[in-house]
Amino acid sequence: MKTVFSRPASLKDVATHFCPGCQHGLIHRLVADAMDHFGVQQQTIGVASVGCSVFLYEYFDIDVVEAPHGRAPAVATGVKRARPESCVFTYQGDGDLAAIGTSEIIHAANRGENFTALFVNNTTYGMTGGQMAPTTLPGQRSLTSPEGRDVALDGYPMRMAEVIAALDGTAYSVRVAVNSPKNILAAGKAIKKAFEYQLENKGFAFVEVLSSCPTNWGMDALAANERVETEMIPYFNLGTFKERS
Amino acid sequence: MTHDVFMTGFGGQGVLMIGNLLAYAGILEGKNVSYYPSYGVEKRGGAANCMVMVSDAEIGSPVIGAPSAGIILNQASYDLNIARFKPGAFCLLNSSLIDEGALKRDDLATVRLPLNEMALELGDARLLNMIAVGCYAASCQSVSLDALKGALKKVLPERNHRFIPLNIQAIDLGAAQINKG
Amino acid sequence: MSERQLVAGNIAVAMGALAAGCRHYFGYPITPQSDIPAYMSAELRKLGGTFIQAESEIASINMLLGASACGFRAMTSSSSPGISLKQEGISYMAGSELPGLIVNICRSGPGLGGIDASQADYFQSVKTGGHGGYRTIVVAPASVQEMYDLTILSFDLSDRYRMPALLLADSLVGQMKEALELKPYTLPSDLPAKEWAVTGKLWRSDQRIVKSLYLGEGELEQHNWKLWRRAEELKEKEQRSEGKYLDDAKLIVTGFGSAARIAKTAVEMAREAGMQVGFLRPITLFPFPEKAFAEATVSCKQLLCVELSTGQMVEDVRLSVARDAEVAFYGRPPGTGSLPTPEELFAQIQKHYGKGA
Ligand SMILES: Cc1ncc(C[n+]2csc(CCOP(=O)(O)OP(=O)(O)O)c2C)c(N)n1
Ligand code: SF4
Repeated sequence: MKTVFSRPASLKDVATHFCPGCQHGLIHRLVADAMDHFGVQQQTIGVASVGCSVFLYEYFDIDVVEAPHGRAPAVATGVKRARPESCVFTYQGDGDLAAIGTSEIIHAANRGENFTALFVNNTTYGMTGGQMAPTTLPGQRSLTSPEGRDVALDGYPMRMAEVIAALDGTAYSVRVAVNSPKNILAAGKAIKKAFEYQLENKGFAFVEVLSSCPTNWGMDALAANERVETEMIPYFNLGTFKERS
Repeated sequence: MTHDVFMTGFGGQGVLMIGNLLAYAGILEGKNVSYYPSYGVEKRGGAANCMVMVSDAEIGSPVIGAPSAGIILNQASYDLNIARFKPGAFCLLNSSLIDEGALKRDDLATVRLPLNEMALELGDARLLNMIAVGCYAASCQSVSLDALKGALKKVLPERNHRFIPLNIQAIDLGAAQINKG
Repeated sequence: MSERQLVAGNIAVAMGALAAGCRHYFGYPITPQSDIPAYMSAELRKLGGTFIQAESEIASINMLLGASACGFRAMTSSSSPGISLKQEGISYMAGSELPGLIVNICRSGPGLGGIDASQADYFQSVKTGGHGGYRTIVVAPASVQEMYDLTILSFDLSDRYRMPALLLADSLVGQMKEALELKPYTLPSDLPAKEWAVTGKLWRSDQRIVKSLYLGEGELEQHNWKLWRRAEELKEKEQRSEGKYLDDAKLIVTGFGSAARIAKTAVEMAREAGMQVGFLRPITLFPFPEKAFAEATVSCKQLLCVELSTGQMVEDVRLSVARDAEVAFYGRPPGTGSLPTPEELFAQIQKHYGKGA
């Protein structure tokens, strides 16, 4: 009989610190699945960022380097260039990747660095308590947009998967969600593909994952999941924006 | 004994080239050397200066306020620097381009040579710097003429090695101005 | 002995790094250090190493962090404004116990300043410009040969003490050419293996984690004391300085890097004039050669500190000398093209000589 739900070997058997209903844990699992799938756990070096996912090394049973806030793509560049035989991935939130680290992600993509970049878009700064992020939706309330994001003052949410896809150095750029079994399945496939791109030396692969932050959205897990479907996906369309063969 | 020389001109006159040459010649003779360049605002066309030290002893400062020898190749550099030299300093002036005028100093060991014309006579205006450094070396004897010539191989880019004989001729011509007394 | 070559200081740094086995360079253009990346880009290509002109100094220090975390000798170089941008990364490297070389060919400031030789980054280097309380090795070459030798030493010390090393110089030593002798280098056999470097787990069952985050009860405090102990060991074992004419000195002239070079000639002038003047130059700025200053001021009670700034190292000199010694200061923060001359410093020596306690 096929086991449908077992813990991937790359994932440690520990309880996570994530809030109830947070989808970071689920995304971790999909990343671990991908490592297991390709049998690369022992070759992988993860690069952690600063945000709720900072404890990457507590959950993944792999070697890890911790990067300063926003700089994971630069650190990963150093790692991958120094150890091209390794499998390298970054894992960043939206404040980390699309605000303070915009420059590093754009240029790593543009150089076509051969690593896998995971981008968790939850439309807020989770770890610091729910401030407005570059991905916060128009009208969305946050600690620093109490009346809701006013695009006239705060600008527009950034669609990073499209931005990254527009760069010639990018080999693969996709946006997925993990709010339904169907979407989880597609997300798992996309993450595997992004690892496959790296393992086949095809260049920079980017996966944006829409995720929930029930805590800072002020919702329960179910409502947060619903919001991904009704508010986020209409703005951040799911799809593949670049797929170099 | 430490020899210092301040070389100055405008970019393109080859000041930095002969500074390097002199320093390399010092190395070939087993001496300590320093070469310190400084440019004007623009690298080409602006002022180009360098200071070279050659010594049997350890070299302290690579720059000195009052130099004891100088090669001055154009008017602007002359106007700006002539007052700096130590009394008694050897000073080669390119009389093709320099009018000493009111700044003229009688307390220096001045040698005046029409370097532009001399270089043209040798067949290439660019040889002016080599004539100058030959004259300087013959006079101050910080390095031998042989070392200077030997250093050409080290500082000229490979593709210009075919011009070495001509450069040697220029160095000799400069030295002859001193040696003929 | 290898044949001596005429080499510029900046190039000597690059040659030293390659000799020390550094094969990973990350930088961003800024004057007056651009000869270093130019040389490295050509040479590393031939050697199959990594050269990246990054999008910023922030990115380049973090690339260095990554390559160093993998256990390789790696470096970046920049000049003052760029070094400011690297401070966050340097703090992370220090916190993560990572070695690595950061070269600062210091220019004048504050702000955009100018490209003249300056020593105004002493505080930033020695007292550390980043957050959190850490130490870095700081060396201050005063000759082209030292640009080469101290680059190599920096890599060795940095690996041994697991802390970043800064090489602090300026355009005087950077652009000056002198005779350079390439000494053959072998890795010190007692350097500890980098058993902390990430490689992918490979055959291991344990993880290697390079991080600066310690949130367990008391963990970060322990971590801080561990870093402190290492810095103390460094202070104990690695102070380096150059002294001359100290035995009978009635006045000691001190300074580091290019200012010391100029001062040395002024000291020779004083000796020729029959004055009993000594010379003491820190080679390592961290650890500061406290012992040498303490020793020298047992008998000599008067010092003159010369810097291309309004006075920074002079504070450490005052902390290191005997309590009854007096330290005068002469500073020349850079203005366009005007370095102090040896004659000018000799005049300062004359002014202070014999006037002390
Ligand atoms: C230089 C710097 N600035 C600010 C912070 C504080 N900080 C920590 S996490 C974070 C944002 C995290 O948000 P995000 O990247 O969206 O990740 P999430 O927590 O939502 O997963 C910020 C601003 C920091 N650590 N470093
Ligand atoms: S704050 Fe938000 S992103 Fe962070 S763990 Fe909690 S739910 Fe997840």
